[in-house]
Amino acid sequence: MPIYLARRVLAAIPVMLVVAVFVFLLLRLTPGDPAAILAGDMATPEQLERIRATLGLNDPILVQFVRWIGALLQGDFGTSLISSTPVIDLVADRMWPTIWIALITITLSVIVAVPMGVVAAWKQGSWVDHLVMTFSVLGFSIPVFVIGYLLIKVFAIDLRWLPVQGYKAPSQDLAGFASRAVLPALTLASIYIALIARMTRASLLDVLNEDYVRTARAKGLTETRVLFRHALRNAAVPVMTVIGTGFALLISGVVVTESVYNIPGLGRLTVDSIFARDYPVIQALILLTSGIYVLVNLLIDLSYSLLDPRIRY
Amino acid sequence: MPVLMVEDLHVAVDSKAELEVIHGITIEINAGETVCLVGESGSGKSVSSLATMGLLPKGSLKVTKGRILLDGENLLDLSPSQLRDRRATRMSMIFQEPMTALNPVIKVGEQIEEVLQAHTKLSNAETHAKVMDMLEQVGLPDIERIARSYPHQLSGGQRQRIMIAMALVLEPRLLIADEPTTALDVTTQKQILKLIKELQEKHGTAVLFITHDMGVVAEIADRVYVMNQGDLVESGEVKQILSSPRQDYTRRLLSSVPSLVPRASRPVIRKKLALQVTELNKVYGRGGFLSKAKTTHAAREVSFNLTAGRTLGIVGESGSGKSTVARCVMRMIDPTSGGIRVGGQEISGLTRKGLHPFRKRLQMVFQDPYRSLNPRLTIEESIIEGPVNYGTPPKAARARAGELLELVGLPASAAKRYPHMFSGGQRQRIAIARALAMEPELLVADEAVSALDVSVQSQVLELLTEIQERTGIAILFITHDLRVAAQICDEVAVMRRGEVVEIGETADVLGNPQHEYTQALLSAAPGRDWDFANFRPVAA
Repeated sequence: MPIYLARRVLAAIPVMLVVAVFVFLLLRLTPGDPAAILAGDMATPEQLERIRATLGLNDPILVQFVRWIGALLQGDFGTSLISSTPVIDLVADRMWPTIWIALITITLSVIVAVPMGVVAAWKQGSWVDHLVMTFSVLGFSIPVFVIGYLLIKVFAIDLRWLPVQGYKAPSQDLAGFASRAVLPALTLASIYIALIARMTRASLLDVLNEDYVRTARAKGLTETRVLFRHALRNAAVPVMTVIGTGFALLISGVVVTESVYNIPGLGRLTVDSIFARDYPVIQALILLTSGIYVLVNLLIDLSYSLLDPRIRY
Repeated sequence: MPVLMVEDLHVAVDSKAELEVIHGITIEINAGETVCLVGESGSGKSVSSLATMGLLPKGSLKVTKGRILLDGENLLDLSPSQLRDRRATRMSMIFQEPMTALNPVIKVGEQIEEVLQAHTKLSNAETHAKVMDMLEQVGLPDIERIARSYPHQLSGGQRQRIMIAMALVLEPRLLIADEPTTALDVTTQKQILKLIKELQEKHGTAVLFITHDMGVVAEIADRVYVMNQGDLVESGEVKQILSSPRQDYTRRLLSSVPSLVPRASRPVIRKKLALQVTELNKVYGRGGFLSKAKTTHAAREVSFNLTAGRTLGIVGESGSGKSTVARCVMRMIDPTSGGIRVGGQEISGLTRKGLHPFRKRLQMVFQDPYRSLNPRLTIEESIIEGPVNYGTPPKAARARAGELLELVGLPASAAKRYPHMFSGGQRQRIAIARALAMEPELLVADEAVSALDVSVQSQVLELLTEIQERTGIAILFITHDLRVAAQICDEVAVMRRGEVVEIGETADVLGNPQHEYTQALLSAAPGRDWDFANFRPVAA
């Protein structure tokens, strides 16, 4: 296992390097002068020359790349063109709200969806099963902003139980954080609950016809034990995949939900910097997102071998 | 009082009570007795046993009439939780495929402990001690390590021992064994049968043994019940059933069992070599970057010749390399080294493209007729696909498909139907027709009759012989079943761990084996002392 881990981490290096090259070329290969892109439409020739000099654009491209990578490795992602703050600070600020919401969403989804899927599979064809499946279709098909505004209307405006929108860091105000995180997490969870419940049901249905489930029943075990100990663990690998990818998607930003609830997260930062052509920030965000994908994929693969001893690398 | 008494049991399809699959059977088993329930696929023998355990698949089958008395208590009257209490404590079951019957993600020791946790109040230490004692009783080595192993880390025989330990740990009165040795090699089968017998004698267990294998019946049964299509055909003492069966069905069933006494090899008429394999090697698993360099020699220096019109059998247990050789010959996998000559031309080194003209000359029939035909294609489409690919006009290919279907004993009108409309035996005939459509010189049959019932098996074997006489095709016949090999092969090669240990005329190899492994295989073949087709013991 440690060898496998080392191998996977080593294998991630070339992947990240390819992403880095792509991100580096993003500025250099776009038509026109990067300095002109950075400086905007109203720049004077002197300003352009100054930007070229600070960016080192007059050096050979390889030298520029090595210098850029070197800076990255020291945590220097450049400076935002709009706010003039270091990119790393900007992204770090916006990262936490997104991570918190994503964690709460995924936890909530798993807690609700897995038992739902198990019961639906166990009682296949019954009214419980139909109810779960109907909920799944709804969760998939209703747009996120509709669910979002609906929840706001009911819980924030009509019942006044929760604030309408905004964000507070849990370190400063835990109650404030919790009350503001509930609705966005619920909104996002509706899709993931639908997805995970469906996946659990489908994958459990396959497993329930297996011989070892019959053996478990022949041993005189209770149905709960048959379902959760014998069937669910064997059905878990595809479910883990959905959970993992879901988490990665949540981290890379959920623009609509962040906009609806006015949360200062990565999704909105991404959209804002694209509109403002804030290239250093976009570069950092692409690197961060691909890094998260690589990490989550590694974690998913590791979880496979924990769930199923036959999977060894 | 008998341990198990099944009275007038009827089982029907759940939604349609008029669709009966078991039409009133009565079975009785006493303590310490082994009763065999024999029958071909679809006879209802497994359904009867599942009904007894209360494990009929929910929503598809249900008991409609009758009583199942375990020590006088009607199991059909019990609530689900009462029935759960009886399982493993009073009645247990072991299944055909020990790999799939054990949970792959739980350690085997824990799977046995679970039985004790569900039914007893023993402490952890007592539970552990009891499990270890049971593992010892089923004859496993190094029991502490085995208990901590997962099923995939054990061999088939070890897994079945685990299943037996799990079934017998609470000393039930009744053990139902559903084809428990069918998936095992003969030498392992022999050990498992012996183990069941020993434990039965020790604990006085009543054993209901379900099997399709008359050899096993001859080996272990006290009494026999013969089933056919949901009916009980005949029952009686094993001697009586084997030597003087009263019903036609039983007679036919017994006469279909191929004899272990090899038939005489046919004279070599044609001199033409169809296949020549020389010093074939196949090594799996070359170590890669940072990975464990573990290699397996699946075939080692395998050499044989096969002349046109003859059949060469490759026999051996699982892992002997017999299928590897077949796949190398078909070039489905690439041999590591060695020569394969088809009709005098070397094909072992050819590329995909270079191989194209040769594919036509080599055709294969696979083990499982249920999975080797594409369910979305009519059988005609399956049959003509190859010839059309090699340039035969579709119309001519369709006409030929009709002829071939008749050759394999199916009406030409069957051509437009889909595979699921045929039985297993019919599908295997279709698979043979498909292979023959290419007019090959060599037919490779990989366990081609192993999934079939004996009566169907004998028909397919006859068909192959007949076709061979008519077309002069050479057949490479891969099988684990010495009985089948004795009846169809002119020559036999015995393989063990990738090596051919003995090769020669069938009558010599199986009639007078020289190598100790061949001798061991033959002595492990169940029912070797009984001549089933003639209803008497084998003349010494």
